[in-house]
Amino acid sequence: MANIKIEIKNLTKIFGAKPKSVLDLVNNGVEKEELLNKHKHILGLHDINLKLEEKNIEVIMGLSGSGKSTLIRHINRLIEPTAGSIIVDGEDVLQMNEQELRNFRQAKTAMVFQKFALMPHHTVIDNAGFGLKMQNKDKDFIQEHAQKWLDRVGLSGFENHYPAQLSGGMQQRVGLARALACDADILMMDEAFSALDPLIRSDMQDLLLELQEELHKTIVFITHDLDEALKIGDKIAILNEGKLVQHGTPQDILLDPADDYVERFVADVNRTRVLLAKSIMNDEKPQDTTQSVTVLETETVDTVLHTLLSEDGSYVIVEDDKGKKVGYIDKETLAETVYQMESQDKPDAA
Amino acid sequence: MEFLEEFPAIGRVALRDLKKTIDGGFREFTRTYGEDIEGFFDPLLQFMVWFEKLLLATPWPLILLVIGGLAWLGSRSIKITVGSVLSFVVIGYFGMWEDLMSTLAIITVATFLCILLGIPLGILMARSNRAQAMITPVLDIMQTIPAFVYLIPVVMLLGIGKVPGLIAVIIYAIPPIVRLTNLGIRLVDKEALEAADAFGASHMQKLLGVQIPLALPNIFAGVNQTIMMALSMVVIASMIGVAGLGVPVLRAISNQYLALGLMNGLAIVALAIIFDRVSQQYGHRIQKHRQGQGHG
Ligand SMILES: Nc1ncnc2c1ncn2[C@@H]1O[C@H](COP(=O)(O)OP(=O)(O)OP(=O)(O)O)[C@@H](O)[C@H]1O
Ligand SMILES: [Mg+2]
Repeated sequence: MANIKIEIKNLTKIFGAKPKSVLDLVNNGVEKEELLNKHKHILGLHDINLKLEEKNIEVIMGLSGSGKSTLIRHINRLIEPTAGSIIVDGEDVLQMNEQELRNFRQAKTAMVFQKFALMPHHTVIDNAGFGLKMQNKDKDFIQEHAQKWLDRVGLSGFENHYPAQLSGGMQQRVGLARALACDADILMMDEAFSALDPLIRSDMQDLLLELQEELHKTIVFITHDLDEALKIGDKIAILNEGKLVQHGTPQDILLDPADDYVERFVADVNRTRVLLAKSIMNDEKPQDTTQSVTVLETETVDTVLHTLLSEDGSYVIVEDDKGKKVGYIDKETLAETVYQMESQDKPDAA
Repeated sequence: MEFLEEFPAIGRVALRDLKKTIDGGFREFTRTYGEDIEGFFDPLLQFMVWFEKLLLATPWPLILLVIGGLAWLGSRSIKITVGSVLSFVVIGYFGMWEDLMSTLAIITVATFLCILLGIPLGILMARSNRAQAMITPVLDIMQTIPAFVYLIPVVMLLGIGKVPGLIAVIIYAIPPIVRLTNLGIRLVDKEALEAADAFGASHMQKLLGVQIPLALPNIFAGVNQTIMMALSMVVIASMIGVAGLGVPVLRAISNQYLALGLMNGLAIVALAIIFDRVSQQYGHRIQKHRQGQGHG
């Protein structure tokens, strides 16, 4: 199993005048609504335990008000917890003093914001170099790195514009360049693409995936859009009313939703576009071996079906990315899976 | 029902004694510390004298050149620049050049000191709610109390002259810059600040790199108002010995010289308009980045 980069233990956050005074109530099972109505405190997060793996894109999902932003802001301690601990690379973030915390934020984390949060009085290139400037790097270094990342996100030529002169998509590219220029291991993105038009959002997702291919950061990505979560997430954590209800791969979430809330979340998803070949393959080589087609284990069922039909095969050989055979899928299994998926997509029919 | 008809006031004797005690106490304070306080303000006095002499000794064409240059740097507008220089020429032509220079000197020094004291005070208020709660009523008093009332202790303490005049001007003119610095910093976009925090900015980096630059339009509006209020104090300041355009106005009031009063009054107005337009244009220019739409 991969290394754990960020570990969140028994994290509880209560907003209000005296959070500690109602902590016991919360631990004894008082729900969010009662806490608000009777005790005038807001339950932001309750007893979250979450391990986020190194080099993964970890998506945090949930409805509005479920505590996503609150959770991500605990990782770099922009919000102080009421109880619990946050361990990053084995270090307890809550034990750090002011200076250590600033060093930690500079070296280990970088953040991209929903509304971009650029500095309106700085040019694009100065914005991109903002994080490095906070680290007191010298001018040439900042200039060089800011330029490099602006080029990388496709903003060459806009260096001397001001943020207000750019479209939303371009502003968020600046936000991304600013975060990447810091060269931090952890990239935190709070609904970073939610404010963008669908087409531009899709471009940005592709850009992020492309960058991740070479950078291998630990990315904590918040969204309330399931399609986005499935597209980019290696793992998805689902929050409901401040509680973690499920954490797993997209496959896990789709095939084995932890409760009704998650089930309703995933109800409309076309599972064949998400489910991977490796999750339906088996070890036995089919009897009828006239015409085989080969697919990668990471292809979706949708693609497998398309490949099989268009190449007129009779069964599928599944390979890993090194070209090694890892399993087989016969026509019947594939047909059965697709049929099941399709009928599951219509929850009323089930 | 005598009780209801006459307000139950403190007895006349008691009141007189109270006033006497206060006056006596302050006189005592003046006797004890007056000299030290005067000594404290001495460098300021020297500076003001030097600055006024400098302005008076400088050949008038050079002053016009500097005024034109500053107006241009501030406003980047030919109209405002020419207007400023022309106003100075007209004021000088009607024999008010020396008074104009004196007024310019005190306004410049007063504004400079208001900025020097007011901005840090505004920053302090923005950082601490307690400081804000304590300073706000003081500012309210400074702005509403009739100037003549605080002139009394100032004059008792420092006598008549430039320094008490300057202090009176500052007391009256400093509130807007303090208030607007505080307001400007408090209004700074929370998200920009959060971003600065997230990238590990220190308090200083946040203050100098984010809060003050983003509050600058408001701070600048404060500077503008401070200048206007300082100018409006010119006449009152001349009552306690500050030279300048206020002195002839005062003379005009007591002797009913209509023309003299009008001319000097208009000169003050002209100065106010110049300061206002130039600083406003400058304020607009430093926040240009906020407007730009379109690419290029
Ligand atoms: N500073 C605060 N003071 C009081 N309550 C807060 C504060 N911040 C968040 N909350 C509350 O905590 C809960 C979680 O809020 P949070 O912003 O984390 O939700 P979210 O999942 O990010 O929602 P959204 O999708 O709308 O951004 C909400 O009920 C919210 O009202
Ligand atoms: Mg949020």
